[in-house]
Amino acid sequence: MTTIQELARVVEVPTKAAPARRRARPWPLLVGSGVVAAVLLAPLVFLLIEANGAGASTIAHLIWRSLTRSLLWNTVRLTVVVTFLCAVIGTLTAWCVERTNLPGRHVWAVLVVVPFAIPDFVVSFGWASLSTWVQGFRGAVLVMTLAVYPLVYLPVAASLRSADPGQEEVARSLGLGPLRTFLRVTLGQARGAILGGCVLVALVLLAEYGAFEILGYQTFTTEIFTEFQVSFNVPTASALSLVLVLLGIVVLGIDAAARGKGRVARTGPQVQRVTQRQHLGRAKLPVLIGFAALVGLALGVPIASSVYWMFEGGARALSGVSILDAGWHTAFYSGAAAAIAALLALPVALLAVRHGGHGGRLLERSTFLVLAMPGLVIALALSYFSNHYANDFGYQSAPLLILAYAILFFPLALVGVRASVAYAPVNLEEVARSLGQGRLAVVRRVTLPLVGPGIAASFCLVFLAAVTELTATLILVPTGVQTLATQFWAYQQNLSYGQAAPFALVIIAIAAVPSFVLSRYFDRLPTRATRLP
Amino acid sequence: MRKRRWGWALAALTMAGWSLAACGSSSGSGQSITLYNGQHEQTTDSLVASFEKATGITVNVRNDDEDILADEIVTEGSNSPADVIYTENSPALEYLQSKGLLARVDPSTLAHTPSRYNSPPGDWIGVSARVSVLIYNPSLIAKSQLPTTVLQLADPRYKGKLAFAAGETDFQPIVTSVAHTYGKAAALNWLDGIRANAGGHIYPDNETIADEVNRGAVAFGVVNQYYWYRMRAELGASNVDAEIAYFAPHDPGYVLDVSGAAVLKSSKHQAAAQKFLAFIVSEKGQEIIVHSISFEYPVASGVATTQPETPFDQLQPNSITIPELGDGSTAIALLKQAGLL
Repeated sequence: MTTIQELARVVEVPTKAAPARRRARPWPLLVGSGVVAAVLLAPLVFLLIEANGAGASTIAHLIWRSLTRSLLWNTVRLTVVVTFLCAVIGTLTAWCVERTNLPGRHVWAVLVVVPFAIPDFVVSFGWASLSTWVQGFRGAVLVMTLAVYPLVYLPVAASLRSADPGQEEVARSLGLGPLRTFLRVTLGQARGAILGGCVLVALVLLAEYGAFEILGYQTFTTEIFTEFQVSFNVPTASALSLVLVLLGIVVLGIDAAARGKGRVARTGPQVQRVTQRQHLGRAKLPVLIGFAALVGLALGVPIASSVYWMFEGGARALSGVSILDAGWHTAFYSGAAAAIAALLALPVALLAVRHGGHGGRLLERSTFLVLAMPGLVIALALSYFSNHYANDFGYQSAPLLILAYAILFFPLALVGVRASVAYAPVNLEEVARSLGQGRLAVVRRVTLPLVGPGIAASFCLVFLAAVTELTATLILVPTGVQTLATQFWAYQQNLSYGQAAPFALVIIAIAAVPSFVLSRYFDRLPTRATRLP
Repeated sequence: MRKRRWGWALAALTMAGWSLAACGSSSGSGQSITLYNGQHEQTTDSLVASFEKATGITVNVRNDDEDILADEIVTEGSNSPADVIYTENSPALEYLQSKGLLARVDPSTLAHTPSRYNSPPGDWIGVSARVSVLIYNPSLIAKSQLPTTVLQLADPRYKGKLAFAAGETDFQPIVTSVAHTYGKAAALNWLDGIRANAGGHIYPDNETIADEVNRGAVAFGVVNQYYWYRMRAELGASNVDAEIAYFAPHDPGYVLDVSGAAVLKSSKHQAAAQKFLAFIVSEKGQEIIVHSISFEYPVASGVATTQPETPFDQLQPNSITIPELGDGSTAIALLKQAGLL
């Protein structure tokens, strides 16, 4: 019933057996999904319109200049190295937590997830403000790995927890050692989850801005910002963004190709059996030290440096802005966006799960491309449509900002909602109907209780991401309003570390609540991992 | 069933949030103007607070980079919500002026500032000034080893020692000045040279340069003078090892930039907007700038900078004028040609 577990299932290989019966496609669902897809595609349409306005020769000139080569090299090498490191760290930590007798693993399970809640630009601020060593490529690798490895950890841990332990037992009984069992069986079982996590990591890296700006590392996204800021050249910024979208498609393509071969299945009913945990033995101490180091680096450094600067940095506060006010606006925008994203995800998830088919699958995967588009691009697109086609309706107002968040983080919502929909099999509803319940009563008494927790968890994921959003916020935020992220950014940009630090801490505090909820869901998992065949 | 209740509680909370926000968004009575602010937030914030107190006019401030704000105004056209724009450098204002989007500033306001710091047709007014300098870390390079002319920045002996911010609006006037003095071809050569010298030390903004030089990541960089003063104020003098050095008098690298403000033609609150302009160049407004954390030179109303800054009349910048600095498009084109943008 957990979203986290389902994160694994969604990113894993699609099972052929799932849609038992295909029914006639209901029009409301199709229309709803169509509208959602159109909203998500709007930024892409904007990019094409703008890039087209720049003209082919300008674009060709832009793309074939020497800077592009170094941007491409910077972007690709960072993506490859960080994705690889995240895969290794995420998988190893997940295996230790889920499959060994690691002491205190319930605490570790929470602690290794929380770094995801700390905005990347706070992590890089934490590091960069302490040491000059952390900059450029090595800085970017260090900071991004520590900030996003939970995206691999979460699905892999979930997948290991729900995988069939029987296969490992068979492998061991056939004479394979523990290491080989891990390499040949366990990794094979978790492959889909690892790949799914890596896709998320790669896409997030493509669109990252704040951290690289602080670390002075140039990628396509930072260049898009420069292009936009220095010469307000939206056409060229759009052409560069299209390159980014292409890179995103490449990532999804590699993922699809890597998934192609073989598939994971489990036999028997979907009831969880307790797995025999590996004894760490003499490795216990080194593994514990490793965990402590990881949490110390990913969680301790940003928090410690924020606290340090709060007491060390002496500067004047802004009179007009209170941290409470910024906190309230942040929570409100993020909360509303999370609710809308979860709502938008519902028809798409229902279509994909209950009616399946290649179309539904493609539509679902294509929404992941939104992750590869920088927030700035989506914000510009919405401003553009508001200025050109809606007579400035919603321009620089809260609803447009909330919509931007909902679009930006739609894939995160979809992951959770799709999973929970999969847990509410249509036959249960049919049974309820046949027992004389009305349509509404079925929704209230059967569907909602089954789907609700997953939706709530999606809400948390989107909320988390929106709290830390910066670049779209800067463009769309209503005049006179500050969010925690924009205020942190303004201070950080002015080297007012002492003033920036409290905002960083409040962001961490606000974000810690949903991530705690997420990891609690995760922890309850085994008793809940039942579902109807 | 516990979970289900939790979900409902969440939904209820969201609803409560919506209704609360709806109540909060209704604004009070009285006049208000919208300010697009590209200047440092702290300074603008003090100016606005004092202006609101003195006039009772509410100012809604929108903060962003000046280029973004200028171009938002161009995109918004006659529907722009902005009444006033306040920028760090003159090119953004010259750009808006060339698009015919600015209203004439009240002559009585213009009279507060020496005319060489205002827009020649009077479409915007100069508020404060800054000069470009070198910031250096004495433990990495001796003062005597520093370049004294802007052309020397491209000297191969500074390979790996130089930092600059190609995308920073403060850097464009220097490029314009070099092109103005030596011609575009020479400027392009010079850009190639400094790009090679900077290597990995091309930073996004002046704050980063000041910070990295201070921390010893790079020997020296090109910034505006006040970043160093700001850094000392923010971090404390004991935490700042970096020093600043001026270019040789009247060198093309020694550029004086003017920060200014303008009223938009499309503004529906012309009188209140003009009042704001008059306020920031009044003695009171200029005093606020002097005592703010900006450390810029006030240019109007006879207000002088306090120590420790070099007095304004002792500066010896290059003679390039504001119309010659223009809207920055020449500099941007050159920077692109050199592969820096």
